[in-house]
Amino acid sequence: MGTKVNLISGRTTVQGRNLDSKMSEEYFEEVARCDLNKADMEKLGVAADESVKVRTSYGEVVVKAKEVAGTPEGLVFIPMGPWANALVSGDTHGAGMPSYKGIDAEIEKTGDKVLHVKELMQTYM
Amino acid sequence: MVEITDVVCSLCGCVCDDITVEVEDNKVTKVKRGACSVGKSKLMGHNRIKSPAIRVNGELKDCSYDEAIKKAAEILAASRRPLLYGWSSTVCEADKVGVELSEELGAVIDNTASVCHGPSVLAIQDVGLPSCTLGEVKNRADVIIYWGANPAEAHANHMKRYSYVSKGFWTEEGKKAKKLVVVDVRATKTSKMADVFLQLEQGKDYLVFSALRAILYGHEEVVPDEVGGVSKKDLLETAEMMKGAKFGATFFGMGVTHTGARQNNIVNAIQMTRAAHTHTKFTITPMRGHYNVAGINQVCTWETGFPFAVDLSRGYAWYNPGELSATDLLIRQECDAALIIASDPGAHFPGESIKHLAKIPVIQIDPFPNPTTEFADVVFPAAVSGVEAAGNVYRMDNIPIRLRKLIDSEYPEDEAILKRILDEVRAIKEKEDK
Ligand code: SF4
Repeated sequence: MGTKVNLISGRTTVQGRNLDSKMSEEYFEEVARCDLNKADMEKLGVAADESVKVRTSYGEVVVKAKEVAGTPEGLVFIPMGPWANALVSGDTHGAGMPSYKGIDAEIEKTGDKVLHVKELMQTYM
Repeated sequence: MVEITDVVCSLCGCVCDDITVEVEDNKVTKVKRGACSVGKSKLMGHNRIKSPAIRVNGELKDCSYDEAIKKAAEILAASRRPLLYGWSSTVCEADKVGVELSEELGAVIDNTASVCHGPSVLAIQDVGLPSCTLGEVKNRADVIIYWGANPAEAHANHMKRYSYVSKGFWTEEGKKAKKLVVVDVRATKTSKMADVFLQLEQGKDYLVFSALRAILYGHEEVVPDEVGGVSKKDLLETAEMMKGAKFGATFFGMGVTHTGARQNNIVNAIQMTRAAHTHTKFTITPMRGHYNVAGINQVCTWETGFPFAVDLSRGYAWYNPGELSATDLLIRQECDAALIIASDPGAHFPGESIKHLAKIPVIQIDPFPNPTTEFADVVFPAAVSGVEAAGNVYRMDNIPIRLRKLIDSEYPEDEAILKRILDEVRAIKEKEDK
């Protein structure tokens, strides 16, 4: 049972720079990660670049943790991309728009490895 | 070496059109001026899809364009519920053929608005949009609000070219004489520049819009000491700033469309703008993401009457986003084939809906390999619009701008590929009718 958090996703500069090169290492390094605040990192017992497992009722994914000041306690940010979206429900609440932000999630430290984009896509097949 | 000026960037909705590049041996060798780091990266190019390909026994095998066209047309013609999705990172000329192909097939056509500003479109259809061009903002606005948007990362030239940092006809002093308000759930590069940063609790945008509306209409007594994590003091200060503007401009992003009340958040944002009109001039504009997502909304509207999520299977256009967006169709496992162009649902759709997309035959048209390529069954490499192909696009404020062609391409343009698929589909149907 992990710690309960509120998950949001969104754009970053490096993610944007790699929109047309999503198979690159730079994209992987940028997007397969989650921003947490210091207190949450300590609570989970993770240091920078250690893996965390994030789970929602729709899926789970392993990403690297990063401490980012200005992220409120209990909020987790994963840059938009395949890792964040592995956790997103397809329910659009009658609006056509899935909930990419404000998702109930659980997070915990893990020894599991972060899947590369090709491996992650394989999980859908 | 040739220097090309007034180059237009085909990456984000800012569509910056004052870029200078150097071209040598049919390659962009340098981006000299005008582009942000994201635009620069686009102009300099990336690893490409090298050849058309068809998936055989799980592996993509190179083939000719003719073979890929034939295969794609067969898949689409045999499909009972095809979905044609994407259209935002290509030009309007290609989008037009896309609508024609959808009509021919009786397909559902949807574009990336359904996962970015679809709720904004719904809100605008509901209550209208008191907006203006980015030129007006540049020349007039002295109070700028970014709400649920982080332009410093996502639209890096937006502040410099059009808003807070720009200098215009009546704003010649630049940011010295302007105020910047940022509303977000976390500190960002943009919020660090703000005069006022309202850090709200995630998902509480609707409440904060309502509080500001009440204050602007003169009913501050109904506002409690704190709303959605923002103190009444900060709300009063923001409202004073808005009232004191000679010309205010609000820009909102996916922080507002992706969560909570969705389109109702935007309706409330627009109503807040109306409330500000009781004091001064105020406008509001969505921060559109892809460089031509506004353009496919235009093309789709003038061709079918509706901007996105349009079903053409009934012989007339039927619009119902909560039923017909690509995500909805996929979740219901309703579509049995898909054509994906100029977008990447493999990276940007909810995992839950990718599951179905990975199961059905998928045709992909794109210059670059991406997560969608991993499960695509027919792949067409295309020329890069704005670098290797010209065409018209619509900036986030719905101003049409023509992309320039800088170098020759060994790959065909999106429009040409789509036309050939359309011709082949028509030929198959004619044969079937006989
Ligand atoms: S702000 Fe957008 S359009 Fe302008 S250069 Fe950067 S990516 Fe291109």
